[in-house]
Amino acid sequence: MANANPTDGSAPAALDAKRLAWMYTQMYRIREFEERVKSTFTEHPGILRGHTHLADGAEASIVGSIAALAPDDQIVTTYRCHGYPIALGTDMKLMMAEIYGKATGLCGGLGGSMHLYDVARGFLGGSGIVAQAIPHATGAAWAAQIRRQGQAIVCFFGDGASKQGAFHESLNVASVWKLPIVYVMENNHYQASTRTDQEDANAAHGEPLSTKAKAYSMEGVTVDGADPVAVHATLADALARARSGTGPTLVESLVYRLSAHGNLIAPPGVPLNYPEHEAIAIFGNREEYEAALRGDPVPRFRHRLVTEGALSAEDADAIEQAAREEVDEAQRFALDSPWPAPDSGLDYVYA
Amino acid sequence: MAETTYAAAVAATLAAAMRADERVVVLGEDVALGGPYLTTKGLAEEFGTARVVNTPISEAAICGVAIGAAQSGLRPVVEVMFIDFIGLALDQLVNGAAKAHFMSGGQLCVPMVLRTQGGAGQRGAAQHSQSLESWLTHVPGLKVVVPASAREVAALLPSAIADPNPVVVVESKALYFRHETLPDEGVSPEPLGRARVLRQGDDVTIVATSKMVHEAIEAAARLSEDGVEAEVIDPRTLVPFDLPTVADSVRRTGRLVVAHEAVQHGGFGAEIAAEVQEACFYDLDAPIVRVGAPFTPVPLSPSLEDAYVPGAAEILDGVRRVLG
Repeated sequence: MANANPTDGSAPAALDAKRLAWMYTQMYRIREFEERVKSTFTEHPGILRGHTHLADGAEASIVGSIAALAPDDQIVTTYRCHGYPIALGTDMKLMMAEIYGKATGLCGGLGGSMHLYDVARGFLGGSGIVAQAIPHATGAAWAAQIRRQGQAIVCFFGDGASKQGAFHESLNVASVWKLPIVYVMENNHYQASTRTDQEDANAAHGEPLSTKAKAYSMEGVTVDGADPVAVHATLADALARARSGTGPTLVESLVYRLSAHGNLIAPPGVPLNYPEHEAIAIFGNREEYEAALRGDPVPRFRHRLVTEGALSAEDADAIEQAAREEVDEAQRFALDSPWPAPDSGLDYVYA
Repeated sequence: MAETTYAAAVAATLAAAMRADERVVVLGEDVALGGPYLTTKGLAEEFGTARVVNTPISEAAICGVAIGAAQSGLRPVVEVMFIDFIGLALDQLVNGAAKAHFMSGGQLCVPMVLRTQGGAGQRGAAQHSQSLESWLTHVPGLKVVVPASAREVAALLPSAIADPNPVVVVESKALYFRHETLPDEGVSPEPLGRARVLRQGDDVTIVATSKMVHEAIEAAARLSEDGVEAEVIDPRTLVPFDLPTVADSVRRTGRLVVAHEAVQHGGFGAEIAAEVQEACFYDLDAPIVRVGAPFTPVPLSPSLEDAYVPGAAEILDGVRRVLG
């Protein structure tokens, strides 16, 4: 049952060994998936064009958050959206096929890497426009408030999105209306190629970005996004507040994305591989990047679980082997799948 | 026969939709107070402020919240007070609402209505007077409805609310307080995408939208005195556009004048002209004439605005040109 989320989300129960193993499994599956998307550029040149944005480095934050959800909760994300559906149990085969633009993809090849959706699992989608989906999440929370069935919404976005008007407008509305929503800002310290302290007033003044919550009179918390247990605890608290009608929370989850912002998209004729991380490519700060690699949350969590005895090394190896095989199969499926028929591009313009 | 106005018809139609379906909610700036044109008057009193929700002045969030709520099963009717403000919500509408069904491979639907109003003639100046509907007709995934009367509001707004797609209804502030008599038995909902022939004639076809429908009727009456019988067609919805009804008429008359209040340059009239010439080029006896506003922002001063806004005189002039 690698895909089933063993939490019912009703209470922030202590994470037992089974749930911790589940969390490690999801983190490893996400990492393996993202590395395979990345290697597609070199191993299968020409399959992937356009835009991909990877979540490697953010696995602990993603899985810690998803682990705190109740079954009927919903999430809304950004274009960096591969990790969340993996943790929610979406079939990787359909995801890889969608990212490759194949007919068998999750959205029939109409969406692609930045626009994954799995509505049946509560994943209301990513968006290619920074901050665009924050109001959608807020509206889903409004609908949940009206339905009164105890659902909550988690809205994921990056630190860059907090510079958009849609962020400000949404958090204001959510606080005034006391909506059942948790805003999770994954602060990975970089916009595409600028550092957050060059773009963000709080960061420029040495303050955490969760300071922004004060402007909306809501709870603001900064959490170590490399620690899935800490993220789970933070989200569980925030979701409890959301469900109780107390109002929304802004969680700043500190992560470090281990890949560059996205694959190269130009110039023509140049392989569209992932370039070096901006810390090195733009700022020449190899030390910072190597320190981030040493703190990689995936092996760190394995080490912790094995050291604490929550997971045996053999079981961890088996989890990793199973994830590799699953991703192998997903990629084979995606590569072997047909392209959509040209006229299927006219489907779904109108419902 | 029941006396009403365009604005009262909007409020009455919204109320009927809310009575019939508890998923219908209304949100926007000042909607619980009725709004500046009284188009939501009485709704908060009848349905409460949980279903008739005043929002902050946050057009992007209002539109985005409606998208999220629509995706989650509600039927939101969101009001953007002036179409001039829609730029603030355009990303939500164009990149969000219009594309969610498509990009999700049919998993999501966005059954929302965005009501707004446009048009000049009220000394509103350049930022409160525009007719920007052609911005929206260019976007696949949106439907665009332009009711020209209380009757059309009563016929089309229920269909817009029932539609599973995002529908933009562009009302006309100049028509809001125009008196109109509707049948006692009411007006039944009519499907989107069907034009209405308001006046029959064999000499020239006039396709007019929104306020220009009434100007076209007036122009047609004057033409009739000179022995020219104009057929006047109101497409009522721009997307989807009822080309067959217009083309049938043009095949008969051989002449077409397209009239809207929007700036002529790049207006929806250009699309109508293009579609008609593709469909019935060899039936045309003269080049298609477009009537619209000049390519300038809407001026404030009464003398300037009156000269700017096209009306029956400009339509008459257009008809004379197309008659040669």
